[in-house]
Amino acid sequence: MRVPRYWRNKLFRYRLVGWRCVNCGAFHHSKPLVCKRCGSREFREVELPKTGKLLAYTVVKIAPKEFKDKTPYLIGLVELDDGTKILGQLTDFSREELREGARVEAVLRKIREDGENGIIEYGYKFRPLVG
Amino acid sequence: MVRLNGVAIQGYGGYVPRYRIKAAEIGRLWGREKQELPIEEKAIAGLDEDSVTMAVEAARIAVKRAGIDPKRIGAIHVGSESKPYAVKPTGTIVAEAIGAGQNILAADLEFACKAGTEAIQLITGLVESGRIEYGLAIGTDTAQGRPGDALEYTAASGAAALLIGKMTDDAVASIEAWNSYVTDTPDFWRREGENYPSHAARFTGQPAYFKHILGSINELLNGDGYSLEDIDHFVFHQPNVKFPLAVAKALRLEREKVSAGLISGFLGNPYSATSLLGLVKVLDEAKPGDIILLASFGSGAGSDAYILRVLDGILEKRNRAPKLKDFIERKIYIDYASYARFRGKLRLR
Amino acid sequence: MVEAALKALDDSGLSRVNSIYVGNMAGEFLQEQAHLGAIVAEDLGMVGTPAYRVEAANASGAAAIHAGALEIASGKADAVLVVGGEKLSDGLIEEVSSALLMGERQDYEGFMGADFYSINALLYKLYMKRYGVKDDLIAVFPMLSHKHAKGVAHAQYPFEVSLEKILSSPYISEPLRRFEVSGVGDGAAAIVLIGEELKSKIKAPKTELYISSATDFMTPFEREDPLRFQSLSVAVNKVLDEARVDRGDMDLIEVHDATSIMAAISLESSGFAEPGESGRLAMRGEFDLGGRLPYNTFGGLKARGNPFGATGVYQVAELHLQLTGRAGKNQVDSPMIGMAQSLGGVGGTAIVTLLKAV
Repeated sequence: MRVPRYWRNKLFRYRLVGWRCVNCGAFHHSKPLVCKRCGSREFREVELPKTGKLLAYTVVKIAPKEFKDKTPYLIGLVELDDGTKILGQLTDFSREELREGARVEAVLRKIREDGENGIIEYGYKFRPLVG
Repeated sequence: MVRLNGVAIQGYGGYVPRYRIKAAEIGRLWGREKQELPIEEKAIAGLDEDSVTMAVEAARIAVKRAGIDPKRIGAIHVGSESKPYAVKPTGTIVAEAIGAGQNILAADLEFACKAGTEAIQLITGLVESGRIEYGLAIGTDTAQGRPGDALEYTAASGAAALLIGKMTDDAVASIEAWNSYVTDTPDFWRREGENYPSHAARFTGQPAYFKHILGSINELLNGDGYSLEDIDHFVFHQPNVKFPLAVAKALRLEREKVSAGLISGFLGNPYSATSLLGLVKVLDEAKPGDIILLASFGSGAGSDAYILRVLDGILEKRNRAPKLKDFIERKIYIDYASYARFRGKLRLR
Repeated sequence: MVEAALKALDDSGLSRVNSIYVGNMAGEFLQEQAHLGAIVAEDLGMVGTPAYRVEAANASGAAAIHAGALEIASGKADAVLVVGGEKLSDGLIEEVSSALLMGERQDYEGFMGADFYSINALLYKLYMKRYGVKDDLIAVFPMLSHKHAKGVAHAQYPFEVSLEKILSSPYISEPLRRFEVSGVGDGAAAIVLIGEELKSKIKAPKTELYISSATDFMTPFEREDPLRFQSLSVAVNKVLDEARVDRGDMDLIEVHDATSIMAAISLESSGFAEPGESGRLAMRGEFDLGGRLPYNTFGGLKARGNPFGATGVYQVAELHLQLTGRAGKNQVDSPMIGMAQSLGGVGGTAIVTLLKAV
């Protein structure tokens, strides 16, 4: 992806930082002007909890071209400890650990590289909770 | 030798990836017998890991143990010889990933396997002089072994971080003294643009590893105040299992004083992280009052040696985050094919 | 698109229109071609005629119909040509998936590779868990689409495919299988919309068109119920209201079966099946050509094809053929009212068209 776009979304990708509507609590991953749920205009910056539980997952076998060399990879739906539902790639799962209800934590990983010359795109993924 | 005053480790963290490859699996490709293998197995970074992601893992644990607001960190120095960007600092990515501020020092360091311990010297100087409140010293590597070369059995992945600040009641350990001993010795190197390092085989022993580690330790112990008997744990850089044991033998040390810090047999040699991971393992187990001597070695060549004194603060801080054994114990074995894919040995274009 | 447009114009008896609306999703990406409105106008020998491309992900064709219909309804135009087209096969299969991903948020699903199929796969799992059903009650929908496409001249895959074949095809994104999703298709479809003024002057068979649209949260998992396409529910209710008909009056339905699970959720969200029950109804033959509510009467997205921007127009053109008694061997018995549902993304947009025979 182009550098400016990557750079704009760093906070969310690195630390799950986003904005919550002060009125209804809806989470926005990029800076909103209007709440997508209730239309309110007031927000506070929040950093989402890094732990949660896995609700569902899928194994991507045929991927879009940007991810072709990463298959097979896992996409999961996670419910974080504050109730926020979030999508993310899963990583470091053994066969036995990969099941609904697994406790997970967010870690920083390489999502992809923009070819041999482009930037490396880092972002969060979820792995089984350690310790 | 440099004596320090009022500088302490406030938090520490170690990380090794989940994946393991047995030396025998590598040996299978090249026709090596079991007795020729220098270690049992090593830790390998996954497809989505690199020295940056591992540095962040270790840093996050160190910050968690220290229990400080990351905005109070004034410097982040990352030592590595496997930076994913030849030009673009790892330190700034780590800084943003842990929520540090912007007014910080963040240069990356290189000195083969001792770049991580080098960072400690720099940070202690900044802390002691009052220039910064806290600093992070990190060693991280996804060491690359040339297929078929002796180093392929041991080149591993891992990261460790020390959060250093002024002495307080809840500090983990004091950094009391350090010494660096360096000479221009080309035992192991990597030219610009090359994927894999080269080395001078036997020459990496006596004229390189042993000369510098012993040279650095001797300087540290010859200064007044410390003798070998005072020290409870020794942690040496460990490119394999034989070398650190040979140093122990040369210094006539009891096995128990060295064993806690040995990791290469089952983790391999993650270069800039190796001696620091040995330290992390010792800190996970040590008692307040224990004195640790840490001696790294980096090819090219040099050794940093430290005297550390474990303090009461370790008892509580140790339990705030996963210990190294939590990472060591979670293993997934991979075969050479996956290893080649994970470590970029496959030509994708 | 020109080919389809000429056929539609011929069928209508008109050689000129007031405006042209083009439905297309991926032209900029796969063909590096924008400005399709002016290009189609020129290629139709209609230089001078106002023309725009309209986009709403996979619902682009229906969105073009909506734009055209609004211009007619406003009184500003008497005749509007709507043509949808897409040439997906110019791209590799992974590029078509990338094109689909553009219908999701690039800064969320996009950055992590949570592509269209993986989102559907997660919904598939949630659906099976909530309703305690197995995949056969979802895979029945592509089977049904193929059954209806048999021998259809304009279908991409005019042949039957058994449930076993579908359930043994390889996974795209587990548990979603290859034969449960529409393929890489090329195609175009066109319709001519006219206003009251021209109604008496045009001799061609006509139907009355109603159309409504609604959006929903982009990510299904942020919706109140991820297994409900609220956008579709709202649009269906609006269009039924405008056309003053009930669900029970529907004689046939074109459902957006880009994936099997979307077909199931669509039928349930629009009230043609109880939640979790659509598969059972399909197994019982309710949606067969001779059933209570004939479904995807020429094969739908799965078997007739899903060239993104063309799809919404294909659906309405097919409804029109049915309601004017020109559906050939696929003719449903005397249909009076039909509905076409077009979805953008995974329900971020829903555009529902209702046709009444006149």
